[in-house]
Amino acid sequence: MRPNGVYDTKYTQDIAIVRTVPHWALLIGGLTLLFLLPLWIKVQVMNLIAIYVIAVQGLSILTGYTGQISLGQSAFMAVGAYTSALLSVHAGISFWISLPLSGISAGLAGLVFGLPSLRIKGFYLAMATLAAQFIIPCLIIHIRPDLTEGTGVLLVPPPQIGDFKFNTQQSMFYIIMPISVFLTFVAKNLTRSGIGRAFIAIRDNDLAAEVMGINLFRYKILSFFICSFYAGIAGSLWAHWMRSISCDDFTIMQSVWFLGMLIVGGMGSTAGAVFGTAAIQLLEELTRGMSPFLIQFFPHVKGTLIESLSPMVFGMIIIIFLIFEPRGINHRWEIFKTSYRLWPFTY
Amino acid sequence: MNAPMIIQFLANGFMVGGVYALIALSIVLVYKSTRIFNFAVGQMIMVCGFVCWAFIEQAGFPVWLGLLLGGISGLLIGLIIERLTLRPLIGQPILASIMITLALAYFLNGLTLFIWQAYGRNFPQFLPGSPLQLAGVMVSHEHLWTFGIAIFVFIIFAIFYRYSGTGLDMRATAEDHQLAQSRGVKVTKIFSITWGIVGLITTVAGVLLGARLGLGLYLPAIALKAFPAVLFGGLESIPGAIIGGLTVGILENLVGGLLHPWLMEITPYIILLLILIIRPEGLFGLKRIERI
Repeated sequence: MRPNGVYDTKYTQDIAIVRTVPHWALLIGGLTLLFLLPLWIKVQVMNLIAIYVIAVQGLSILTGYTGQISLGQSAFMAVGAYTSALLSVHAGISFWISLPLSGISAGLAGLVFGLPSLRIKGFYLAMATLAAQFIIPCLIIHIRPDLTEGTGVLLVPPPQIGDFKFNTQQSMFYIIMPISVFLTFVAKNLTRSGIGRAFIAIRDNDLAAEVMGINLFRYKILSFFICSFYAGIAGSLWAHWMRSISCDDFTIMQSVWFLGMLIVGGMGSTAGAVFGTAAIQLLEELTRGMSPFLIQFFPHVKGTLIESLSPMVFGMIIIIFLIFEPRGINHRWEIFKTSYRLWPFTY
Repeated sequence: MNAPMIIQFLANGFMVGGVYALIALSIVLVYKSTRIFNFAVGQMIMVCGFVCWAFIEQAGFPVWLGLLLGGISGLLIGLIIERLTLRPLIGQPILASIMITLALAYFLNGLTLFIWQAYGRNFPQFLPGSPLQLAGVMVSHEHLWTFGIAIFVFIIFAIFYRYSGTGLDMRATAEDHQLAQSRGVKVTKIFSITWGIVGLITTVAGVLLGARLGLGLYLPAIALKAFPAVLFGGLESIPGAIIGGLTVGILENLVGGLLHPWLMEITPYIILLLILIIRPEGLFGLKRIERI
């Protein structure tokens, strides 16, 4: 839906993401505000959201656009995190080189587990990626425990430019957030390109897509690669941000959490991935903030209140969204956009 | 590596496989009649096990009454889950049904933590007997009981499914929802019955696993190993469930015992990946031919 009175006269106008002067003003204003945020609010939450946004964007391309279900996103994140950490700790390679390398290594791991996707789909594919979720951490722990510290914690150095170390939440924010914004932009453009349209065709009907001349194997594998690449970048950032990683951080529950964010945000949209991640993480923060208050009512659960409450709330939210708004927050946002553009008319 | 040890691992695998077969049966039943893969089965096992434990230990009922009440509440849990979460999603895409059981798994995990906390609980010792020694192979009586009960329940439900009127209706629903409906079978009722039965089966599995390993948040991880068993036998096959369960149990113990203990954890998943690559429909599953 175009804003009222906006007509495209050139092809470049037709394909532009940002169309009008108010759009540009909002975009620049919004980005400026985003990068000034550390002045006022807790950056830690923002960093976590930004990292998760990257992982969920990847998942959005695979699950939301290509329609292939992955329950292994957090395992691929682990591949990225450990690649980056091992390169920094044992090979002394700088973060700036190990970041893309970790994306590629996670992407390759994704390829391996995406291979069955040509023959199977639905539950079966969910199973194959579930296998990744168990096999990858187990391999990380047991193959070279001398390098990865096994089940223990691996300490990771902070990123560095010259003598400046990015060892505070604020300084890491200025690494994580631009990468997150950039990768979101890439995802947005990718899904508008020929590749993205091929993905959508596969999602809507893979047999029909094949008949139309789309190489199913190539595009499914490509989708898996991109998805895991995003996960790997997220993992690498996570490793250098947390500065200590262990395999317990990358569980099946985390993978489900990512899928849940996608559902809440809305499948098959770039904005949805951002909305979903922000909504779920902020809800999590809210639960955390409320817990001292809630603990008065449930004194018997003292120690585990947050650990028990957040999965309950999260599970409930997903169930409610699936039943009442399966198209997610993004659908509501689209409705809102349409209505204000048409205002004061109803259609 | 000597022969008695190999036999020992085989025996262990066989015993563990019985429980996997039972869990696999519950997954197969749900998949056959509702086309939903129940990812929450592990959490249901945990919750039902805890409910039984609560009746026996917290409420202080005698064991038989506690187990009976546990079974009834397992049935109710199954019915409630079906009515509240899965009924509204009939006809939705496959991802919705996968996600809803995953969300359910999350919710049940949180609920267990909320009510019973994280630390492990143990059932009182109610299985009589002592470890058996057969030709140099040790078989613990708990294993034996677990295996016996699991197989017994398995056979009961297989007979019910094969010969009773309700079982016939369930099979009709599994074949085709619309055809079953046109023959006067109430499909929603069949869904409820299926989930009730699943609640019952998971209670049995929860008690058996709980009696052997204790109750705790690690139970779902054990139940997850039934997934390879299901796929091995074929998603739609009841005999496949028992063969898959036993095979996975035996292979897991053999690999863990003979090669390296840590391989034991991932053997089922490697089996799963191999099945998916080589023969996705499993041993006895139906190969679906797709048409546009």
